[in-house]
Amino acid sequence: MELRRDVFQAIADPTRRAIIALVAMQAMTPSAIAENFDSSRQTISKHIQILTECELLKQEQNGREIYYHFNPKKMKEIAAFIDPYRDLWEDRFQKLESIMKKYKAKK
Amino acid sequence: MERKTQVQAGNGQQDIIITREFDLPVALLFKAYEVPEIVAQWMGTNVIKLENKKHGGYQFETRDPQGNVVVRLNGVIHSFVPDKNITRTLEMENASFGTQLEFLDFEALTDDTSKLTIQSIFRSTAARDAQLKLPFAFGLNMAHNRLQEIVSQLK
Repeated sequence: MELRRDVFQAIADPTRRAIIALVAMQAMTPSAIAENFDSSRQTISKHIQILTECELLKQEQNGREIYYHFNPKKMKEIAAFIDPYRDLWEDRFQKLESIMKKYKAKK
Repeated sequence: MERKTQVQAGNGQQDIIITREFDLPVALLFKAYEVPEIVAQWMGTNVIKLENKKHGGYQFETRDPQGNVVVRLNGVIHSFVPDKNITRTLEMENASFGTQLEFLDFEALTDDTSKLTIQSIFRSTAARDAQLKLPFAFGLNMAHNRLQEIVSQLK
C-alpha cells in the first residue's frame, strides 16, 4: 500500500506547483499537461500521481480520455493550516499593543 | 475583525515571516520584548530568564491552570540592539522541529507607529511545516481561550 502523501511535500516541488497552476486554469489530460514540460511523460505522470494521491487533483473520465481537475478545497486546507498560526500571533500582538498603550498612559 | 498580522510561509521554503504594524512608538514596541514582566503578560508565559545582551540566554515556561508545564522555550540571544533588532535562537523543548533562528526587526514608521518583522528560519521545510501546523493541531482552542481571556480583561 502507498504511504499517505503529505500535501505540504506535494506542493514543495516546483514542477508539481506548475502542474497545479496549469490545471487550475482548465481541466487537462495527462498528455496535454506533459506537453508543457521538458521532463519525460513518466516523470510528469509520477508528479500527477502524487498530486492525485493527496487530492490536489481529481480525475474525471470524459469519453475515452481522463481529465485532471484542480481541487480548490484541498488547497484551501493548506491555507487553513496557516490561519490558526496567524491568529495565535494576532492574539498575542493585540495584547501587546493594548498593554503598551496602558503602559504609555501611566507614564 | 481586521487581521493586522501577516504570515508568509512560501511553499518549499524553510522560513516563516511574520509582519505586524503597531499603533505604538518603536521604543514601546521594543520594550514589550525587553521587560520580563511585560513579555510574560502578552506571551502568556512565565519568564524564567531573560538576559538582553549578546550571548545572553532566555527561558520561558507556560503552565496550564492546573500548574502543569505545557510549553518550555529557550534560546540564546545573538544580538540585542534597542529599538532596532534582536537576533536569537529558539528551541521549543520536546518538539520535533528543533532549533530555529529568529531575526526580529523593529522599525519606526512615524513617531507613533512602528513595524515588527520576524523571520524564523528552520533546519528544513518539514521542520517549518511542523511548527506551522502546531497551532492548527492544538492551538485552536488555546487561541480561542486566550482571546476570551483578553476580552474579559479589557472589560
